Amino acid sequence: MKKSSLAIVALAFAFSTESIARDQIKIVGSSTVYPFATVVAERFGKTSGFKTPVIESTGSGGGLKLFCKGLGTEHPDITNASRRIKSKEVKKCSKNGVTDITEIKVGFDGIAMANAKSGPMLELSLKDIYLALAKDVPADPEGNTVKPNPYKMWNEVNPALPAAPIVVIGPPPTSGTRDAFNELAIERGCKKFPGRKALKKKDKKLYKSQCRSVREDGPYVEAGENDNLIIEKLVADPGALGVFGYSFLDQNRDKVKAAKVDGVFPEFEAISSGKYPVSRSLFFYIKNAHASVIPGIKEYVREFTSAKAIGSDGYLVSKGLIPLGESERAQFEKDGKNLAKFDGKVLNKK
Amino acid sequence: MNNLKKIEYSLKKRKRQESRFKIYGLLGIATAVSFLCIILSSIFMEGKKAFLSTYIKLEVYFDPDIIYTSNDQKEEDIKFANFQKIIKNSLNSFFPEISDKGELRKLSNFISSSEEENLMKLVLKNKQLVGQKITLWLLASSKIDVINKNPDMELIAEEDRLISDLELNWLNEIRSANNIKSNFNKNFFVKADSTEPEQAGIWGSLVGSFFTLFVTLILSFPIAVAAGVFLEELAPKNKFTDFIEVNINNLAAVPSIIFGLLGLAIFLNVMHLPRSAPIVGGMVLALMTLPTIIIATRASLKAVPPSIREAAIGLGATKFQTVTHHVLPLSLPGILTGTIIGMSQALGESAPLLMIGMVAFIVDVPGSFLDSSTVLPVQIYLWKSTAARGFVELTAAGVMVLLSFLILMNGIAVFIRQKFEKKW
Repeated sequence: MKKSSLAIVALAFAFSTESIARDQIKIVGSSTVYPFATVVAERFGKTSGFKTPVIESTGSGGGLKLFCKGLGTEHPDITNASRRIKSKEVKKCSKNGVTDITEIKVGFDGIAMANAKSGPMLELSLKDIYLALAKDVPADPEGNTVKPNPYKMWNEVNPALPAAPIVVIGPPPTSGTRDAFNELAIERGCKKFPGRKALKKKDKKLYKSQCRSVREDGPYVEAGENDNLIIEKLVADPGALGVFGYSFLDQNRDKVKAAKVDGVFPEFEAISSGKYPVSRSLFFYIKNAHASVIPGIKEYVREFTSAKAIGSDGYLVSKGLIPLGESERAQFEKDGKNLAKFDGKVLNKK
Repeated sequence: MNNLKKIEYSLKKRKRQESRFKIYGLLGIATAVSFLCIILSSIFMEGKKAFLSTYIKLEVYFDPDIIYTSNDQKEEDIKFANFQKIIKNSLNSFFPEISDKGELRKLSNFISSSEEENLMKLVLKNKQLVGQKITLWLLASSKIDVINKNPDMELIAEEDRLISDLELNWLNEIRSANNIKSNFNKNFFVKADSTEPEQAGIWGSLVGSFFTLFVTLILSFPIAVAAGVFLEELAPKNKFTDFIEVNINNLAAVPSIIFGLLGLAIFLNVMHLPRSAPIVGGMVLALMTLPTIIIATRASLKAVPPSIREAAIGLGATKFQTVTHHVLPLSLPGILTGTIIGMSQALGESAPLLMIGMVAFIVDVPGSFLDSSTVLPVQIYLWKSTAARGFVELTAAGVMVLLSFLILMNGIAVFIRQKFEKKW
């Protein structure tokens, strides 16, 4: 074994000493943006004359981690994200020399809660979702104190819901969908309790840890970065509820049906107008230092931000993307063209 | 008398026991075989559909007004011409009654977007075509293909179906005019991944698998045989070699993902080799395959009778000559069998490749060891996790291709063993 590993090391160094130039864009990131990015990449490869970019689906968190590791051809050029970059990640990026990045928003996505066609029709409120899935729930009606989540059945959460066990299949913590779900569904449900809302002013850290964490005692089942798997599990178990992006709901309408959240179905119009409460924006981030080194990055960005792709009539819209307003899209098209530097300070304002 | 009866009685019992024992064995085999049959037949039933794709016959008019946008009729014009419009017009001439824009767009989705490129190439090759009207069989989009191949899908309710009633009517009209046919799906064998099922193929990942396994073989075979020969023939038996032996056996049982983590930490983070490249995949799989081949090598060296070694040494051969002239050639069939089985294990492996970025969307067929690529099992995994309905069949077809390669490799291993193995 000693011999063998020595030989491998020697061979690997022989390869690595000659610098490896790259003429192909490398993209990592969100599994929600992946189906859109692959379509753009394929069209780009066919029409532009550049090599088709390579896209890995690593989840938003995993993508940003790889993206922020540093400059150089062994690191990815672009990362997709189904949530905005965090200020922690911006700091990590700049620590590793990745100071100059561009943020592009490509559209919206609704997070649907859906169950199998054969399952019951559900109408949930954000409060129900919070009480069913949070790690800690209010111990008193005002929400001044908390206790570990005791609820096992939907009707314990809200008497109007069926007397069925709570089983929700959703993405793991590395997923942007999960981050957005925690923030948009769980946290907003949490805020419905005045005591919790008051806590935000007093102790922000405690508030975040209590209002954004999902229970780990069984009812929430993590299914990995694979939305198709969630759909298959839902079909096999009509009592379970799944959490995934709108585009997957759209593609699988023959198998699953969405639940109303706060009285609204996750439909195209409701998500783009913001009426559907659990909707978020999709992004990708470009490493500007790479744009002059790896051929095709600017052209790829132009293709992705063009009206032909993400405009209201674009080809990604037929794949389930919910488009930005025209003026916002034009702004990001310009940002992409100029590689406008993203200012991390805007994140702190919120 | 009493004893005899006892024996007679117990004999019956023992015979019953034996027949029960036989039945248990048979039941075991029957269950295993039936599971295998269920798996294989379900894969085959699903996968066989992927080997056919649907074509639609259309009269295509290469309208000079669409193709030549400038007056001097340059070749550049053809490259940037709107062939989508040409296809749309051809479809419209088959359904002249449709004029609504939205409906026309739905209609143009009947034909695969890859045909735009094909028509462009056709015109580039033969410029005389401009201005002519010719009949062509064009590849249908995946949606139409799925409906055409699964007639029972037409019966389900409209909102659950892939296409609307209106589109189904159009499809039936095309059918009644006899303008639709199923033909061999060539794309599946010559293309790499795509977002459109009808344009996706297994070739890219097959080439990726080939490059990866080549690196694995080149690295692991010589190293493992050298290690095996050293440990079995040359090394003294002491605590140190015992320690190595225990470790090799341990390595053979290490979950494959660990090798992926090792690859990520050393090959990518320390040596800065490119992500997603077959060279790295091959190196990781070589680490995984090494113990398998070392163990097989040692076992087949052990199987060579000591009399052969003693005879060679008795005639004055050195240790080196004994091994290279006699022992190694005699044990080669066993070593090769072990190697091929290790290779087929590597062919089916996907977990360690996940860590080094070989699980990616890659459209270009890889051309070298440093190009980004996927491998067969990873391609199957990627298709399985895609939303579009057409990929269900491609996934099963991909499994069929992978299985046939595994059967082929294991068949060669069995053949070598039967043909060349010596019995003493």
